[in-house]
Amino acid sequence: MSDEFTLKVWRGDKSGGQEVEYHVPAETGMVVLDALHHIQHNQAPDLAVRWNCKAAHCGSCGAEVNGQPKLLCKTRMDDYAGETVSVRPMQTFPVIKDLVTDVSWNYQVAKEIPLLEPTSPAPFKMQQIDADRVQEFHRCIECFLCQDTCHVLRNHEGQQKYFGPRFMAKIAEFEMHPMDGEDRIPLLAHQAGLNMCNVTKCCTEVCPQHIRITDNAIIPLKERVADRYYDPIKILLRRLGGKKGEPGKANTPVAN
Amino acid sequence: MAHETYETHEYDIIVIGAGGSGLRAAVEASQVPGLKVAVITKSLLGKAHTVMAEGGVAASFGNLDAPDGWETHFYDTMRSGHFINNYRMAEIFAKEAPDRVLELESWGAVFDRTQEGRIMQRPFGAHSFRRLCHIGDHTGLELIRTMQYKAIHSGIDVFQEVTMTKLLVHNGRVAGAFGYFREDGRFVLFRARAVVLATGGWGKIFKVTSNSWESTGDGAALAFRAGANLMDMEMVQFHPTGMVWPPGVRGILVTEGVRGEGGLLYNSEGERFMQKYDPERMELSSRDVVARSIFKEAQAGRGTPHGGAWLDISHKGPEYVKAKLPGMYEQFLTLADLDITKERFEVAPTCHYTMGGLRVDPETCATNLPGLFAAGEVACGLHGANRLGGNSLSDLLVFGRRAGMGASEYVNGGDGFAPIDDSELQQEMDRVLEPFHREDGVNPYHVHERLQEIMTNHAGIMRSGPVLEEGLNKLLELKEEARNMGINGSRIYNPGWHAVFDVENMILLCEGIIRSALERKESRGAHWRTDFPDELPEWQKINFVESYDEGKIRIRTEPVNEMPENLAKLFTYGKAPGLAKQAGGKES
Repeated sequence: MSDEFTLKVWRGDKSGGQEVEYHVPAETGMVVLDALHHIQHNQAPDLAVRWNCKAAHCGSCGAEVNGQPKLLCKTRMDDYAGETVSVRPMQTFPVIKDLVTDVSWNYQVAKEIPLLEPTSPAPFKMQQIDADRVQEFHRCIECFLCQDTCHVLRNHEGQQKYFGPRFMAKIAEFEMHPMDGEDRIPLLAHQAGLNMCNVTKCCTEVCPQHIRITDNAIIPLKERVADRYYDPIKILLRRLGGKKGEPGKANTPVAN
Repeated sequence: MAHETYETHEYDIIVIGAGGSGLRAAVEASQVPGLKVAVITKSLLGKAHTVMAEGGVAASFGNLDAPDGWETHFYDTMRSGHFINNYRMAEIFAKEAPDRVLELESWGAVFDRTQEGRIMQRPFGAHSFRRLCHIGDHTGLELIRTMQYKAIHSGIDVFQEVTMTKLLVHNGRVAGAFGYFREDGRFVLFRARAVVLATGGWGKIFKVTSNSWESTGDGAALAFRAGANLMDMEMVQFHPTGMVWPPGVRGILVTEGVRGEGGLLYNSEGERFMQKYDPERMELSSRDVVARSIFKEAQAGRGTPHGGAWLDISHKGPEYVKAKLPGMYEQFLTLADLDITKERFEVAPTCHYTMGGLRVDPETCATNLPGLFAAGEVACGLHGANRLGGNSLSDLLVFGRRAGMGASEYVNGGDGFAPIDDSELQQEMDRVLEPFHREDGVNPYHVHERLQEIMTNHAGIMRSGPVLEEGLNKLLELKEEARNMGINGSRIYNPGWHAVFDVENMILLCEGIIRSALERKESRGAHWRTDFPDELPEWQKINFVESYDEGKIRIRTEPVNEMPENLAKLFTYGKAPGLAKQAGGKES
């Protein structure tokens, strides 16, 4: 290992900025956040970087390391041995300063998702096998790296059309909860914009919690929407029955 | 200096802090019709230190061990607190914890399940029964996320990334709080009829700590300066098992769940050394005992290469470890290149929790300052001299709710908004902006590092009178120097600026800790004095209470409340009440 690391850190605010080069002494097992702290404590006290736990539990320190969305506290400097490490803010969100971005849009979206509506009061009787299915989504630390990488949000500015992968996992968490009685399928089909996702799995790839967002949340939710709205037999039955408006939840399987 | 302005918001109740207790308090208050409630946090929503809790939330359901009940949970809590706890807080806590956990379940938390489909409970240090409801090893994340979504659907306004610098008081009554938005440094006044503090602890006073950036004791310091009393400040918990290697991860928590799930501790000679210190409970002894044992082994030359002990869970097999401790598996693999399903790993004590804090009324969480309430780690009384693992999360829920109720009742029965003194705010804005004008100012990060060094060397896991005295002198020197902390850059999201106030708060609380530690001339729970190594009965009767008066800390003793007969009886069976009941009520 060489004695020092070289980093290029994006410095600036909404009026603009550029990469600034820093050198920090190398230490065994150092993560990118350690290097940034060294810069902050000794060279640039006003360097803005969000962080809380430094243990990959809180999801505050998402940024782009050599172009890849990463948690700074979990990304080792020695993964880039011999390279200059470039650290930039998440591109999908408006920058506030340096590595800190305005992620408030995500908190607005979160308010749109109806909570669990239990079909009976707690304590619930629930088997581990049923819990397993939703517990995967509960591992989410809301780092928003999936939102950052989702091309609908990143390249097509689809914030008005699509809630993004984080919130597909959140909706799945409630929809697949064995005790839930709420119906979020119309929300998915319309306002949440589930159809915007074309299943490229980029969100799954960057998830630091290894949640299989596309396979286990988005695709099953797409199936539920398709069952509800596009099943030809059901459409026919609805027509024969003369029903109008929104198809009811009773038509959808509870689990698949 | 140019005339500064501030924006004003008015709420019936503001909750400062958005961890488990703050969110629970806000949700409770929001259910009272007509009350306007806001939560103010210095981080983003959902990032508070609660997220770091791993092992579980303690509640005596008895889903696996039927004889468990509130009496035994109460008994374990008092016993581990070495009886300087407020018994009434412990009683309320033990009785109400199960309902609070079920509430979480109905709001969307999904705990691990038993064969019968009920909430799974795991064993933990010094709990008489399997009691910790959990979701793998990320129970705190589950708690905060559930509360966060409940809160944003409860009509509560949330202000994120706000630094509060002053608690406002008018004629001895709380009037609100003042501070600035981190995003752009603009000042903000929150007028409020009641304030709930839920700002957590101050574990960042030590270098080796499991605590996140936020744990700088802001709420405790603000309230202390405003006239609220602190208690049991000498009581700081060191968790026995923090990561040790590599250097960057030193202090990061290794959940007690590793030992709860069967992990074993060894010294460098391959000996299960807990045999010597607590042969009955072994690895699952209370945290103070296990932390001290690891420390003593290392001091005696039987430590691991980096001065800790070995912890081994590999005998449970990869499948089990990955299912029950997925976070730990990932944490070691990523940060230490180590597979805990195959290898043992090094652990050493790390600062984890502050038992001391604002003295509160057990029923309402009211402090001595009218209109000010406190819940969670910032409050004091439940845990005594040592906190049980898993009791923190249920503490947040039980007393978060009670603080929300207490504040609502106070507001409904009380007066309107207290007046605000504009000149006081002008002065405060000048003070807060001063670090920008000190061109040769001291770097706040370096002051913080030196503070941590003083606390580690003088007021850490092992203490003695002369060493504490020396530490106090060094601290007072540093306090003087810190008056000159300065920073550069703009007011837009400037962490150096924010650090100035964090450091000021920590310095104040550290002085409180050292002064209290000097007064308690015995060893009790987490407070270990080598010059007074024994736990002495007469010291069990008192708590040290601190007040702040014209820039000086005053310290006095208050009697520990005596338990009524029905509770005192629980300690006469010679074993935990549930175990006594199991044995047919016979004493052993």
